Amino acid sequence: MSERATQPAPDSERNEPDEPTERPPVTSGAEAAVRALENAGVEAMFGVQGGAIMPVYDALYHSDIRHVMMAHEQGAAHAANAYGAVRGEPGVCLATSGPGATNLVTGIADADMDSDAMLALTGQVPADMVGSDAFQETDTTGVTAPITKHNYFAGDADTVGDTVGEAFELARAGRPGPTLVDLPKNATLGETAREPGPARLPETYAPQLEADDDAVALAARAIERADKPLLLFGGGVIKADATETAREFAIDNGIPVVETMPAIGAMPDDHELCMEWAGMHGTGYANMAITHTDLLIAVGCRFDDRLTGGVDTFAPEAEVVHVDIDPAEISKNVHADYPLVGDAGRVLDQLDEELERPPDAREWREQCRTWKEEYPMDYVTPDDEPLKPQFVVEALDEATSDRAIVTTGVGQHQMWAAQYWTFRHPRTWISSHGLGTMGFGLPAAIGARFAAEDDQEVVCIDGDGSFLMTMQELSVAVRENLDITVAVLNNEYIGMVRQWQDAFFEGRRMAADYGWCPEFDKLAEAFGARGWSVDEYDQVAPAIEGALAHDGPSVIDFHIDPAENVYPMVPSGGANGKFALSEEQL
Amino acid sequence: MTGGLRGPSPEERPHPEGRRNSQGIRIDPEAEAEPRTRTAVVSALVEHEPGVLSRVSGLFSRRQFNIESLTVGPTTVDGHARITLVVEETDPGIDQVKKQLAKLKPAISVGELDDDAVRAELVLLKVRGDEPDKVHAITQMYEGQTLDAGPRTITVQITGDHGKIDDAVDAFRQFGIIEIARTGQTALARGDTPTTPGEEPGHTAEPAGDGADRGVPDTNSD
Ligand SMILES: Cc1ncc(C[n+]2csc(CCOP(=O)(O)OP(=O)(O)O)c2C)c(N)n1
Repeated sequence: MSERATQPAPDSERNEPDEPTERPPVTSGAEAAVRALENAGVEAMFGVQGGAIMPVYDALYHSDIRHVMMAHEQGAAHAANAYGAVRGEPGVCLATSGPGATNLVTGIADADMDSDAMLALTGQVPADMVGSDAFQETDTTGVTAPITKHNYFAGDADTVGDTVGEAFELARAGRPGPTLVDLPKNATLGETAREPGPARLPETYAPQLEADDDAVALAARAIERADKPLLLFGGGVIKADATETAREFAIDNGIPVVETMPAIGAMPDDHELCMEWAGMHGTGYANMAITHTDLLIAVGCRFDDRLTGGVDTFAPEAEVVHVDIDPAEISKNVHADYPLVGDAGRVLDQLDEELERPPDAREWREQCRTWKEEYPMDYVTPDDEPLKPQFVVEALDEATSDRAIVTTGVGQHQMWAAQYWTFRHPRTWISSHGLGTMGFGLPAAIGARFAAEDDQEVVCIDGDGSFLMTMQELSVAVRENLDITVAVLNNEYIGMVRQWQDAFFEGRRMAADYGWCPEFDKLAEAFGARGWSVDEYDQVAPAIEGALAHDGPSVIDFHIDPAENVYPMVPSGGANGKFALSEEQL
Repeated sequence: MTGGLRGPSPEERPHPEGRRNSQGIRIDPEAEAEPRTRTAVVSALVEHEPGVLSRVSGLFSRRQFNIESLTVGPTTVDGHARITLVVEETDPGIDQVKKQLAKLKPAISVGELDDDAVRAELVLLKVRGDEPDKVHAITQMYEGQTLDAGPRTITVQITGDHGKIDDAVDAFRQFGIIEIARTGQTALARGDTPTTPGEEPGHTAEPAGDGADRGVPDTNSD
């Protein structure tokens, strides 16, 4: 991967501020904005040019920050999101005013729903024209207020740099999330000699990092006396870099673990205590465990409805310990009997210290093990049926290394990827959970590629419908010669919708059937990528081998069984313990 | 065929008896009803930056909080404003209102006022001017003021707590209310208690001759 020679330096060298003497003094608001990003250690960003953002691009001309020109601003946002998720720092995206900014919206909303740190910089018409419906004027701060942690209108050249620095810090502090700075052209073009100061959090923002001792003591007593304790890891475990702490907590205390989807990889899938992920398409055993636990210890999660099913039947026998850095998540959807506000890792340390003995959970662990045997994640591959997607996912997993990164679109393929790939490391599962954005997979793979280590493969497991939504980003992967493999699980349907129509709309397949689908291998070739088309089981391994061996982007069009459905399934609002194993059981 | 998953069917599995209510609180399904709503007055001290009001109102519509009134005005500390909200929610709902408000970046502190808090509201009432003496008498009764009296209309102002304003409005109906404008409730905690937790007293400095120096700088720093 020769292109990676120009890649950002590895961790150890990151965030070391350059010698100030090497850098020319700031002369404009745009240069101050870029300087703030450099100061923050930003090495790569993703964007699309345009009138109102041109001054910022011009300031990037002399910067060491690598800019990746994307095909569409939505792609820029998803790429930045994934870059940040892999690195554990805010990803940065850039767009012009008006349509540039509105094209970012889906990506910003996606990051917001998944609490991913991201900074979006948008150009804006000059401040004195704001409100006049000027060319490409959109009320970007108004549009994005509900989907950002906070956004800024930086109208003054002298303060642009500090504002960008603050927005970057705010994105990653406490509960992470996207922030946006709207940059009117007068401020970016405006003269200033003011170097941005050290980036600071707003004075009004001070997340609580450690839980109150009394609350910790109460929770610890509850854990000690629990018969059926269950840890529920949420995405917050990974975002807080608390994976090691969380694993140790589980193992030292012998407590089984279920995960939410964003937490996939927090516990190794094949660890004996790991019940994998719970919820709508989670494993049967995870849903059994969450239904029967008497003490649910939730860490860094927000009890999304796809996890809980109907709240009335959610963990109905359990007292709830809820660890979260965002006090507003405590008792928002599910009442917390033991609320613990703080950083995931710090609070788990506090709990560990306070615990006098582990709970006596031997029988419960045995029960959990039995459920794993009772509800195995099997699938069948009958000779007279087309290629099964689960087989493809497993073949990709086998052919790649342990730390390979998987990105996905949204739909059945996403669920099969989550179910049948064995994840063992945090930050290797990069998907769109809360917003469920079709088209996330390819741009995310591009962002992940820039963030990943050279020896980490990046595989995008996509659906045909999802791929069609952001496929144009293949041009970026080709231009940058990015070593990514796109595996399209092509059922010629927007499959998840088809599955629901069959189950809940008496099979009326309205607007779900393509009937005709482009040949994705040929499309890939037209872009300048390599393409494969696969119909038979014996073609699977050679195609994967060829794609992985190709030093550049590849697309494998797997023609899978269009009739295959995703199970287990807890229907919306249903009880987790009543998950269906097939359509007949719904 | 699809799938191929094995295991006991939903009917064959044990299912716990327990239940939660819509607030996610475990309940005795036989005994407990859904929680009742109540009226709460919430005060938020905020940085008075552009857009702060739309962030607050956006939050309320987005999260479907039931809001009865919202008032806003500057404090004596430069750059600070106080927003007073009256909400009608369940206890967990009121808790959410406070926490979500506190999450807004411009929010400095947020608190719910006790029942004994000092509350007031102002109403302007424009009524028909046919019976000026009677209008005057009712205005006096509610300790109001007449702001404008013409041949056709009389406009009066009444201040007081929510209940008093409601009563006054009822009393003026007999004249035919042409127009009405109510401010919504604003409130402060009684006595030494700060209105929002940790709020520092924002003394007004001795009025300077040019009226330029409002607010005490050192209350603005922390
Ligand atoms: C942007 C967007 N539009 C619509 C949906 C609704 N939706 C959810 S899954 C799905 C089908 C996805 O089809 P495909 O990408 O082919 O994946 P499959 O389910 O077939 O694996 C649709 C339309 C969505 N999640 N995102």
